Amino acid sequence: MISIRISKKLNIDGSATALRIDTEISARQLTAIFGRSGAGKTSILRMIAGLMQPDEGIIEVSGKTWFNSFRKISLPPQQRNVGFVFQDYALFPNMTVKENLLFASPGKDLQLLQNMLQVTELTAFADQRPHTLSGGQKQRVALARALMRKPELLLLDEPLAALDIETRVNLRRQLQAIHQEDRLTTLLVSHDKSEIYSLADRVINIDSGKIIKAGTFAEVFGTVKTDGVVLTGEILNITYSADQPVANILIQNQLIDVPLTAETATGLHPGEKVTLSFQLSGTVIQKLS
Amino acid sequence: MPMDYQPLLLTFKLAFITTLCLLVIGIPLAALLAQRRFRLKPVIEALVSLPLVLPPSVLGFYLLLAFSPAHFFGHTLQSLFNLRLVFSFTGLVVGSILYSLPFMVHPLQSGLEGLPLSLKEAAYTLGKSKTETLFKVLLPNIRPALVTGIVLAFAHTLGEFGLVLMIGGNLPGVTRVASIAIYDAAESLNFHAAHIYSAILLAISFITLLTVYLVNKRLAQNRLPV
Repeated sequence: MISIRISKKLNIDGSATALRIDTEISARQLTAIFGRSGAGKTSILRMIAGLMQPDEGIIEVSGKTWFNSFRKISLPPQQRNVGFVFQDYALFPNMTVKENLLFASPGKDLQLLQNMLQVTELTAFADQRPHTLSGGQKQRVALARALMRKPELLLLDEPLAALDIETRVNLRRQLQAIHQEDRLTTLLVSHDKSEIYSLADRVINIDSGKIIKAGTFAEVFGTVKTDGVVLTGEILNITYSADQPVANILIQNQLIDVPLTAETATGLHPGEKVTLSFQLSGTVIQKLS
Repeated sequence: MPMDYQPLLLTFKLAFITTLCLLVIGIPLAALLAQRRFRLKPVIEALVSLPLVLPPSVLGFYLLLAFSPAHFFGHTLQSLFNLRLVFSFTGLVVGSILYSLPFMVHPLQSGLEGLPLSLKEAAYTLGKSKTETLFKVLLPNIRPALVTGIVLAFAHTLGEFGLVLMIGGNLPGVTRVASIAIYDAAESLNFHAAHIYSAILLAISFITLLTVYLVNKRLAQNRLPV
């Protein structure tokens, strides 16, 4: 259990914002912090990791005080056992993939290294340097490196934002698998609802530095109530076959064609995230954002 | 008259020792200036850069005063450590360090400032100390800046004249470096010796600088050396 009660005056994009966060994050869950850019999401992660000082407040992680402005406690980042995945990956250019991972492991754990390389499908790239890797591969190295320290808390700052749709969907699945396996307490900063929908147990919605809503995806964003299976995907294109509009939707790795009514088709555009629910009446397609 | 190569050897010894000392002093100093913000920082930056604009004779004059046993600093050194910096090789090393300081600190500082902040932060969140981060993550990624700093400091020390003349004088084997020997030879109309010293200094300076540009070009092309 992590309790965060902090306030900080921020200067985001030239405008002053007072960040004021008071929340608790359950252990072994993946909590997403959602908000538009400039809402202060990244600052929250940075303050938890000790890379930024709150003006005032308390940060406690499973009973240990990491920060307490009233008792003048502030552990340096080195003593907070977090795994931080940076938006720009921050891989060390002078080290190979393997060296990046081993550098992060306090006991130079070779067994863990092999495991991590395997889980993230990086074994073949172990001896390559970061600048020879693709975005998705870099992202996996960053994730694997963060996990090498066996962190108490995993902090992911927009981990998939810079990747193309297909890589994103693949990586999302990998993240999901890793989370299911390790049940690591994870905080995910994201402004992508479909990402949050498929990964997060709980969502905190932030606007202008304040929590405006927290709860499950449905509680925060409100979704259609269905009894059946719900899939999320992205509209790649809308085509017409014999005047019948058809949406080509990418779900995970698969392209699915969903026939639309003319009325639904006018409200949908390529690039939009949608949910597909299958009900007795037929397939219901609904915009996510 | 046989050619005396001692001034050249002395020059290289001075440049080598000065560059070593500058690495030891320059790396932490550059890291401090690149990474921290504090009130005295502009003052320190201005002091480090002073030798760039000051006539060497001004720096030499004040060092001469400071090193002189007649004054407090020189007197203290002499009485406590039996160390005399004026007209001595050690004094030249101290003077050269101050004189070439910006040539080491500036490339390192801008190299460090050019690295993304997240590299340092990633190392910290992986539990690495500031020192380990500096030596294992930051410095290996600013190799061109390191090469530039080392070579410029070395080459700049080779070319010292006014400062050496002020605090070192012209003692053969002790403080008579190549630039002084050239001046001395030309003064006494020994143009042959002056020619040889000058040509060697010119060739070596050109080759060192050429090396820097070639190496840095290669490093820049590869992004990072293998």
